[in-house]
Amino acid sequence: MDWVALRLSLELAGLTVLLLLPIGVALGRFLAYRAMRGKEILEALVALPLVLPPTVFGYYLLVAFGAASPLGRAWQALFDRPLVFTFEGLLLASVIFNLPFAVQPMQRAFEAIAPDLRAAAACCGMSPWRVLLRIELPLAWPGILTALVLAFAHTLGEFGIVLMVGGAIPGETETIAIAIYDRVQAFDDRAAAQMAMFLLVFSLATIAVTFFASRRVGRRLG
Amino acid sequence: MTAIGRMVRRGLGAIAAALAVLLAGAAAAADAPLVAAAADLRFALSEIAERFRRDTGAAVRLVFGSSGNFARQIRQGAPFAVFLSADEAYVFDLARDGFTEDEGTLYGIGRIVLTVPRGSPLALDGTLDDLARAIRDGRLRRFAIADPEHAPYGKRAEEALRSKGIWEAIRPFLVYGENVAQAAQFATSGNAQGGIVAYALALSPQLESLAGHALIPAAWHAPLRQRMVRLRGAGPVADRFYGYLQEEPARAIFRRYGFVLPGEPVTE
Repeated sequence: MDWVALRLSLELAGLTVLLLLPIGVALGRFLAYRAMRGKEILEALVALPLVLPPTVFGYYLLVAFGAASPLGRAWQALFDRPLVFTFEGLLLASVIFNLPFAVQPMQRAFEAIAPDLRAAAACCGMSPWRVLLRIELPLAWPGILTALVLAFAHTLGEFGIVLMVGGAIPGETETIAIAIYDRVQAFDDRAAAQMAMFLLVFSLATIAVTFFASRRVGRRLG
Repeated sequence: MTAIGRMVRRGLGAIAAALAVLLAGAAAAADAPLVAAAADLRFALSEIAERFRRDTGAAVRLVFGSSGNFARQIRQGAPFAVFLSADEAYVFDLARDGFTEDEGTLYGIGRIVLTVPRGSPLALDGTLDDLARAIRDGRLRRFAIADPEHAPYGKRAEEALRSKGIWEAIRPFLVYGENVAQAAQFATSGNAQGGIVAYALALSPQLESLAGHALIPAAWHAPLRQRMVRLRGAGPVADRFYGYLQEEPARAIFRRYGFVLPGEPVTE
């Protein structure tokens, strides 16, 4: 069992979810409530990582983050370290490729809130922030929880993009999914089997807990 | 409603607490210099690094892969301190473009072998005569080499198969490893009848327990001149490791893994 890789994976997944919570709520809510021209294009952009092969996506991220790109150069100038092959670069890539997993369930959850309820709250003089905190978030909570768990589990499992943008550096960008690949090449089948089993059990457990939690919350609200 | 609100707040609190723990851990991340090494060194260099740690108390972090990929990653800013390439051309290219401290130094000349897993119908025949027969009589289904596009051992395997005159005939049977260690894994997994891999990997206990090997004549391919180099900005620990690799304890390990060392003759 590669504990360094496991901790790195958990850190990456935890920070990804933390960053995606506000982004997902803002973007999901925007897509749910705002009527505007070209919304389909924005939705398609968010969904893109679902359909694009990870290597294609990884290639574009590598080019966009690279030392020759404007973003890569600006990052190097600001923080005196490159963006590719670093944890920060991996985190940024992770937030981007997890967008559909976070935004889509949140958007559906906000869409499911009855418009009358939001109108009534506004009529009662509640500020938009209070409507969000008191009405929308509590009602959308199962969808938000599902979104965060999906993004977390997906980060643990992502391989192609992580390998291309991260370069499999131990303690920096070598996640547990990459460590399994590495162990197989080292003829260390035992460690590979242990880590694969861990990921299997962990994934199954998180999904089961989400289903359980969202059903309970749903029943209480119903 | 308030019950839900409390749940939301409690959930967020738990996430924040978990992240605080994670961030504290991230601050303690290792800062040992990174060494990018050709996949044929996986077992030899791991031994040397372990010895280096015992002798000096300093540690390095090893990453194994194909030399071509590492060269590309170094150009894109990968934070490696030392690069051990299976093909010196990659080192000279990087040196010319200013990515390295100097032109580095030769650390060994690699050899390729035919590897045949236990139970395979192939004979352990380094002249590849039996391999040529196996293509014709249907014994061969799958044969593993490293990707000739960016893995030096794959390139040399292709050259040897061309020298033997069976490259076109064997192509439909080939499976390509991303690097030579993956090719060795493919060749010995029981899903292929054999492969051409690095001598250094074939001599490892892990591989020897799974497969036999036979040296392929060195004259059938360009020599695998393997060169190592310090990359720009390599620190003192990297310098020490680079020096250590040229000293006798490290040289003895390279020799044991079948490398021909600089200044020593090739033996068949």
